[in-house]
Amino acid sequence: MSTPSFLLVVTVAVLYSSGFYLLLQRSLMRVVFGILILGHAANLSLLLTDVAITLPPLLGGREGEMSDPLPHAMALTAIVITFGVTTFLLALAYRVWLGDENDEVPDDLEDRRISSLTEPEDSS
Amino acid sequence: MNALLAVPFVVPLLGAAITLLLRRTPRSQRIAGAVTLSVVVADAAVLLWRTHDGTILTSQAGDWPAPLGITLVADPMASLLVLVSSAVLLVVLLYAIGQDIGGLSRATPQVFHPIYLVLTAGVSLSFIAGDLFNLFVGFEIMLTASYALITQAPTRARVRASMIYTVVSLTSSILFLTGIALVYALTGTVNMADIAEKLGAAPPELRMVLALLFFVVFGIKAAVVPMHFWLPDSYPVALTRISAIFAALLTKVAVYAIIRTQTLLFLRDDISTVLMVVAIATMVVGILGALAQSDINRIMSFALVSHIGFMIFGLALGTAAGLAGVVVYLVHHIVVQATLFLVNGLIRQYVGHTSLAAIRGLTAVSPALALFFFLPALSLAGLPPMSGFIAKVALFQAAVAVGGPLAWTGLAAGVLTSLLTLIAIFRIWTRAFWGTPRQDMLEARARLRSGSNRGGLRIMTAMTGVMVAVGVAVAVASGPLTAVGFTAAEDLLDGRAYVTAVLGEGAR
Repeated sequence: MSTPSFLLVVTVAVLYSSGFYLLLQRSLMRVVFGILILGHAANLSLLLTDVAITLPPLLGGREGEMSDPLPHAMALTAIVITFGVTTFLLALAYRVWLGDENDEVPDDLEDRRISSLTEPEDSS
Repeated sequence: MNALLAVPFVVPLLGAAITLLLRRTPRSQRIAGAVTLSVVVADAAVLLWRTHDGTILTSQAGDWPAPLGITLVADPMASLLVLVSSAVLLVVLLYAIGQDIGGLSRATPQVFHPIYLVLTAGVSLSFIAGDLFNLFVGFEIMLTASYALITQAPTRARVRASMIYTVVSLTSSILFLTGIALVYALTGTVNMADIAEKLGAAPPELRMVLALLFFVVFGIKAAVVPMHFWLPDSYPVALTRISAIFAALLTKVAVYAIIRTQTLLFLRDDISTVLMVVAIATMVVGILGALAQSDINRIMSFALVSHIGFMIFGLALGTAAGLAGVVVYLVHHIVVQATLFLVNGLIRQYVGHTSLAAIRGLTAVSPALALFFFLPALSLAGLPPMSGFIAKVALFQAAVAVGGPLAWTGLAAGVLTSLLTLIAIFRIWTRAFWGTPRQDMLEARARLRSGSNRGGLRIMTAMTGVMVAVGVAVAVASGPLTAVGFTAAEDLLDGRAYVTAVLGEGAR
C-alpha cells in the first residue's frame, strides 16, 4: 500500500477535529453542523483507502489505471444515510426551538436533583 | 442463495411496505404486522434447529463468491439471538396492539407498525451480517427506525431526549464508518471472515487501535461505562412499548457486535484487560446510579446499564465457559428487561407515571401486576431458581476457572452488583407495591376495568404474563440453552469454523 496524498490526510484531520469540537457545543444547531462535518470526514477517509481515487472506477482506460469502486459505493451509502438523518436532526432541532424558544441542550434536572441531596430522601 | 437466511430481514421489510399500504384499515394492519413477525419467529426456529449442533449456515447474495458478494452467516449464536429477539418483538407488538385496541396509548399506530417492522429487519440483519459494511447497514436500519420510534407521541421532553439519543447514536455510526475505512485500508476487504484471515498478519499496535475503536463504537450503543450517559436520559422518556424494545434489544445487538468483532476479527489478548476494567466499572457505576434514582423507569434503565457489564465480563474472560455464560445471559436479559418495561407500562396505565414518590399499594390494586413484577425482578437480581441465577452462576464459574486478580475482582463486583440490584428492587417493592393504594389509583382501576378500555387492558396484561412465562421457561430450559451456549461459544472461539464456512475449504 502506498501512501495517500498528504493534503487529503490533513483535510480529514481538520474535519474530524472541527466536527468533534462543534459536537461538544451546547447549541443544537452547532451540534447538527458538527454531525455534518463528521460525516464528510468519514466519507473522505473512506476515499483515502485508495491512492488512485482520482481516477474513475471504470475499466477500459489504460492498463491498471482505475480506482477501486468499493470505497465509492460505501461512501455513497454513507452519504445517503448521513443526509437522511441530518434532515431528521434539523426537523428535531426545529421542534425543540418551537417548544422552548432556544435550542440549547438543558442541564439534566434529575442528575442535579440527586447531586443536591445532602441526606437520603427516606429520612425526610 | 439460502432463503432461510434472507427471511429474517427481507420479510419484515416487505411487511413494513404492506402495513404502510394498509394504514387506513387498522385491523388488517395489525394482522399483517403480527403475521410478519410470526413468520420471522418460525424461520428463526428452523435456523436454530439447523445450527444448534454447531453448523454454520452461509448464504452468498446473488451467488457472488465470498469475499466479493454480500455474505449472510447464521451460526448458533446469531440464530439463537434472532429467535429470541423476534419472539420478544412479537409479544411486544401484541401488547402494543392491545393498548391500541383499548385506546390506551397516544402512539400513532399507522406510523408505528411499518417502522416497528423496519426495526425488526435492522435487528435481524445485524445478527446475520457476514461483512462489516452490512453490519453497519443493519445498525443504520435499526437506528433510523429507532430515531423515528422514540419521537412517537412527541412531547417537549421526548423531542429533547430523542435529540440527545440521535446525536449520540450518529456519532457512534460515524466512528463505525471510520473504523470500516481503516480496516479496508489495512486489509482490502470488508468480509469478516476475510478480515479475520488478514488482520492476524497486521502489526499488533494497529490491531489494538482498531480493536479499541470498534469497542468504543459498539460500547457507545451498548451503553458501557463511561459511555452510558445518554441511555437513562432517553429510554425512560419514550412510550413503554418502545422503551421495552430498546432496552431489551438495541443494547444487546451492540453487545453481540462487540462479541463478534472481538472474537472473530481481533485476537483475544488485544484488549482483554481493557474489557475487564470496563466491565467492572459498568457493573458498579450502573447499579449505584440505579440506587440514587426515584423513578421506576429510570431505576430500570440504570440497572440495564449495570447488567451490560456482566456480558462484557464474560467476554473479557475469553474462555468457552465465559462466552457460554454470556450467551445464556443475553437470552435471559433480553426477556427479563422486556418484561420489566412492560410491567412499567401497566403501572403507567394505573397511575399515569412511574415516580416512586406517588405510588403506593400496587399489590392491592392488581395482584397479577405484583406477581409479574416480582418474578422477573428476582431473576434480574439473580436469585435461584430464576434464569438470572443460572446465567450468573455460569459466568462466576467461568471466572473461578480463569482465576487471577482481575477475574476475581470481576467476580466480586458481580456479586456486589447482584446484591445492590436486590436492594434497588426491594426499594421499588416496599414503596410502590406495599401499603394502602391511593384513592386516584383505585379510581383509575375502576375506569380501566369498565367500558371500552377493558379488552385492551386484558390483552396487555396477558402479554406481560406471556413474557413472564417465557422468562420462567428460560430457567426451565436452561440445560439445552447452556448446551447451545457452549456450542456457540466454541464456534466463536475457534474462528476457523466461521472462516471455512464463509470462504470454503481452501482458506487457511
